[in-house]
Amino acid sequence: MSETVRRRGRVGYLLLLPALLWLGVFFVIPFYSLMATSLYDPGGSDFRGYRMAWAWGNYSEVVHAYWPELVRSLVYGAVATLLCLVLGYVLAYAIAFKAGRWKNLMLVLVVAPFFTSFLIRTLSWKLILADDGFVVNTLQAAHLLGADGRLLATPVAVIAGLTYNFLPYMVLPLYASLDKIDHLLIEASGDLYANPFVGFFKVTWPLSLPGVVSGTLLTFIPAAGDFINVKLLGSPNQRMIGNVIESQFTDANNYPAAAALSVVLMAIIVAIVLVYVRRAGTEELL
Amino acid sequence: MVRGRLPGAAGLSRRGLLKGAGAAAFGLGSLAALDLPFFDVPGAQQNPLDCRARDLSASQKELVISNWPGYIDPMKKPTSTFSVFQDQTGIRVDYNDDINDNSEFYGSVKNQLGSCQAIEIDMMVLTDWMAARMISLGWVQPLTADRVPNLRQNLIKPLQGKQWDPQLQYHAPWQSGLTGIAYNASKIGEVKSFTDLLDNPDYKGRVTLLSEMRDTMGFMLKVVGADPSNFTEDEWANALDRLRGAVSSGQIRSFTGNNYTQDLAAGNIVACEAWSGDVIQLQFANPNIKFVTPEEGLSLWSDNMLVPNGATHQANAEKWIDYYYDPEVAAKLAAWVNYICPVEGAQQAMEKIDPSLVDNALIFPDDETLSVTFDFMPLDDRQQIQYEGEWSDVSGG
Repeated sequence: MSETVRRRGRVGYLLLLPALLWLGVFFVIPFYSLMATSLYDPGGSDFRGYRMAWAWGNYSEVVHAYWPELVRSLVYGAVATLLCLVLGYVLAYAIAFKAGRWKNLMLVLVVAPFFTSFLIRTLSWKLILADDGFVVNTLQAAHLLGADGRLLATPVAVIAGLTYNFLPYMVLPLYASLDKIDHLLIEASGDLYANPFVGFFKVTWPLSLPGVVSGTLLTFIPAAGDFINVKLLGSPNQRMIGNVIESQFTDANNYPAAAALSVVLMAIIVAIVLVYVRRAGTEELL
Repeated sequence: MVRGRLPGAAGLSRRGLLKGAGAAAFGLGSLAALDLPFFDVPGAQQNPLDCRARDLSASQKELVISNWPGYIDPMKKPTSTFSVFQDQTGIRVDYNDDINDNSEFYGSVKNQLGSCQAIEIDMMVLTDWMAARMISLGWVQPLTADRVPNLRQNLIKPLQGKQWDPQLQYHAPWQSGLTGIAYNASKIGEVKSFTDLLDNPDYKGRVTLLSEMRDTMGFMLKVVGADPSNFTEDEWANALDRLRGAVSSGQIRSFTGNNYTQDLAAGNIVACEAWSGDVIQLQFANPNIKFVTPEEGLSLWSDNMLVPNGATHQANAEKWIDYYYDPEVAAKLAAWVNYICPVEGAQQAMEKIDPSLVDNALIFPDDETLSVTFDFMPLDDRQQIQYEGEWSDVSGG
């Protein structure tokens, strides 16, 4: 008996090996190097090189200098995630329950934007929201926007871009968990005199929670770290933390600051995710 | 090896395996970085004389060039300057237009050049400030003066005597351009200065500036009365404050690379800081787009040919430089690429090639235009980190 256990165990390890090696090479080592870089002597440069100085001050310095961008990134990410959840839930619900034979076609349409590049898709929003474009003109005609008003280079455009770009990551997990729900359960709630609203909140929504949790995580994490949407649709007043990290790395070559910011962002997101998943695991989330 | 192990050791060995994998990963990592345990990074400064490769030009008739897109005449056309060079010299040129961004290119070669390794390129073309940085890092081979006589003879005056390479030991300008102001004459009256761009309420939210620090800050320093070629830290702080005010008031819409051309054409902006070459292109579609020389002056920049350390075909690269500093060749190239031609005498040679371009001020700027150009002072490594960091905090990076 112990022989079979051991063999099963060994097969298990063998199956784990490729993923472990992959993670070891492409996650553990870069992460270790990032941590080390974040503690380098801040007086270093490419000319002089960098020496490990355990400079924890790098952290307080970047947090002090860039907390507005950190907060803004979390807020923009959260708003975009909420918008994605509302839009995505309705869409996924329609695909799972109402689409009938159009189901597969609609799923393909959700994924279709991935066939063009992220940059092209974001740039096309620039055309849609242009100052002389029909969206702005219509809003101005309806007096929702002042005569001098605009959408580009405002938080509206940035959040719209984030919402658009990350919507499929929300829809797919939502669809997967909604599609699995047994219709008989929803019918049963009706038999027990629950009206459709009560039925939805007592049956459908709780059963779709795994999709909600994974969808919001898949949307929030990349959205909070994004820098392309601000670059193309925003202005310096909408700067997010991803933009700071990018410019510190590539333009200023201030590697310790950039690395410290990356670690801070990572830590904040891990903390948020842990708390969120914990709460989502119980009824507290509701 | 596991045979003799006690039953029940499976849990242990799983942990052991995880540890083993971790150790293996660290092992790989330390092999890759060589410096354990904290990946200390040695300085990247090198002595070009120590990082010199043997020149194989005599036996290998080859030359590998990395340049920016749109900077050469058609390579397939038998009469183009490119084809004639290959025919005359018998050198086969491997020409790549793979440089899109100075900082990006720097990042892609930093590890090799910083540790005295070759990058398998014989010539790279980089903008002044990046050329200056690479020269001061010791990553660039000195040119052999007597192999490039045309360069010494024919480089136009305003490009001579750069602070970072006054004797032309390391660099040769490939093409140059001007930075100034562009505006849409169908929407607003003439924009005369950067002060106007920063303060005029009529343009609020409809002005963009360039995201290249030296382009924009050169003008900001001028606006606050400082000299971009020699400024103090206080003057820098003043200039940056001036800009910060215009950004937070919403006067400046954004900081852009080449994409300001779309915004100007689409009517999202009415005026902007602009590169002369782009404006020529825009004018074909919209004659209302104008380029002006601001009251603060113009910034004249160049993209420069450099031979990196470890290049194995330096003599061939020098032949290329000398060939393109022949006025007739330069004129032929200028007729195609429409940038400012850095070669003296090319204007006269242009008579024979395309008389309509002889008086084009954006290819052959007159002395009056060139007399108001200014230069940005070279920054040392610490200034670079500080100023670029502060700049991106204002410009949004």
